[in-house]
Amino acid sequence: MTLTRKEERTMRYKLRDVASVIRSKNSGPYELTFDVIFRDPETYEKVKNAGIFNAKMFAELYGIPEADVIGVVHFDPAKAIKTTIVRPIPSGTLGETDVYGAQQHAPLMKLEFDL
Amino acid sequence: MDELRILSPTAILGYGFPVESFEEGMKRKPHVIAVDAGSTDPGPYYLGAGKSFTDNNSVKRDLEIMIPAALEAGIPVIIGTAGGSGARPHVALTLELIKEIANEKGLTFKLAVIQSELDKELVREKFRAGEVTPLFPAKELTEKEIDEAVHIVAQMGEEPYIKALEMGADVILGGRSYDPSLFAALPIKNGFDKALALHMGKILECAAIAALPGSGSDSMFGYLQRDGFILEPLSPARKCTPLSVSAHTLYEKSNPYVLPGPGGALDLHGCTFTPVGDNKVKVAGTKFVPTDGYFVKLEGVRKVGYRTISCAGVMDPVMIAKIDEITAEVKKRVKNNFEHYGFQEFFLDFKIYGKGGVSLFNDTRSVSENNDNNESVPMPDELMIIIEAVGATREQANTICGFARSTLLHYGYEGRVATAGNLAFPFSPSDAEMGEVFEFNIYHLMKVDDPVSLFPATYMQFNQGKATGENNHPAHVHKTSFAKTQQGNENNDPNKKGGENHAV
Repeated sequence: MTLTRKEERTMRYKLRDVASVIRSKNSGPYELTFDVIFRDPETYEKVKNAGIFNAKMFAELYGIPEADVIGVVHFDPAKAIKTTIVRPIPSGTLGETDVYGAQQHAPLMKLEFDL
Repeated sequence: MDELRILSPTAILGYGFPVESFEEGMKRKPHVIAVDAGSTDPGPYYLGAGKSFTDNNSVKRDLEIMIPAALEAGIPVIIGTAGGSGARPHVALTLELIKEIANEKGLTFKLAVIQSELDKELVREKFRAGEVTPLFPAKELTEKEIDEAVHIVAQMGEEPYIKALEMGADVILGGRSYDPSLFAALPIKNGFDKALALHMGKILECAAIAALPGSGSDSMFGYLQRDGFILEPLSPARKCTPLSVSAHTLYEKSNPYVLPGPGGALDLHGCTFTPVGDNKVKVAGTKFVPTDGYFVKLEGVRKVGYRTISCAGVMDPVMIAKIDEITAEVKKRVKNNFEHYGFQEFFLDFKIYGKGGVSLFNDTRSVSENNDNNESVPMPDELMIIIEAVGATREQANTICGFARSTLLHYGYEGRVATAGNLAFPFSPSDAEMGEVFEFNIYHLMKVDDPVSLFPATYMQFNQGKATGENNHPAHVHKTSFAKTQQGNENNDPNKKGGENHAV
């Protein structure tokens, strides 16, 4: 495997390798919230300082308008990042696929980033 | 008193708990047993239909252990968001179970029943006065939405529970509640810090979910002290760690630092999580920031119609490759077939599992794969299709679903090789009625003047299992007995009952 010059300087991480919890859930019927809890404080700090998680990144990952990202909060006590978005439809509305919102984390499982 | 102890047997009444854990909890001499019975997570159906998402037998099993144990120990039991959604039919469901248990076990106690379903006219008045505001991202309310709502409930704070405790209730059955309220009522009544009491309630309402390994069907114990609170899981298989407890603060919330509730918000910016011994955690530093005016959260649903579904599998590779095209054609065919028959307003959807059926978002797989070589998503070997029809009546839903199913079964798509049938049905009959369909249409804040009188309470006395009296206590009657109750309630016993002379 040949490394490009960029890859020599930084390392590529898979979120699922550095996180112990990746989950989604309704926060009330009108919001979906995503939690990522990191395995170790060092990686959490690095991800936090590099600003990997932000509204733009999340909107692109899920194919939603950036304005629908209500907040990205870094929560140090739990070495966790919480992202809350407007639910594409209120829970249980016609067209629903996941009433509890508990399986919408899957795109995050495949997220990769450079640090 | 310097410590107030609370036993939380289970995360949702009816989810169960090991008797061993419960007994460990009773050994620690709790001052109250509290349990949350509801959630909006299961969706709008349950509030609309007046049914519970938990099973009656499972709820009775839990109550049958909790109520006699609490009465024997002389401590109150508080149940919040009765029947899962807390409207009148939900409260009635749990009330029936409590009556059965009282009767079967010959129990003697005073029961308080606190309702949370609101009269639509009250909501309309408040709306016209500009005192109902949407909770983002819900939309501005309209009078039409109020008219269409089937049940509207408000989440009560700790105040109605405190009132019921002061009235001497041994068992309190509450309608829709802000979950921490039922845990915080006794501590706040006894002068403990409101922020700590509510924060402890916020964690205890999920029972052992905040432990490691987490569980929604095991018990948790809380020790509220003057300068913080300690959490202890009651099964030796679990531990609370600073991480498990702080991480729980994230669960089902929008923002872990600010947790809004009736009358104000908890501010967790200054919180500390410290290990105590091997399996306990102490939390301190929580603040309560009152809002300007007292607001309660409203939840309401409207009826959409009736649903019928049909489940079928597909394994034919030609069909799988063309599935989007085929289902679009079938939709058109169904619409066309009933256009002149008067069935124009219906909802028909094909949920295709194996091909984006789970995602609430547009197909995100190609984005998330993130391969440099632009690899396309591989074709699945099998698909599961749920045909969903929602119509104005049960019959219309059946008609649309059945017609869509038979059309899809025999649809002659281009390149078709398997001409006997396009679908594999796992069941006969192939179609199933799902009953009424509801959707949330109210999720708003309403300003209230009095957080107690909005939630009317009824009191019943049981003597050896027989209900001997039933009394309504409207707010203005409460006022007198409340004053007397407080006077007679100044010692340190958190369960001292001061209201017995005035009730029943």
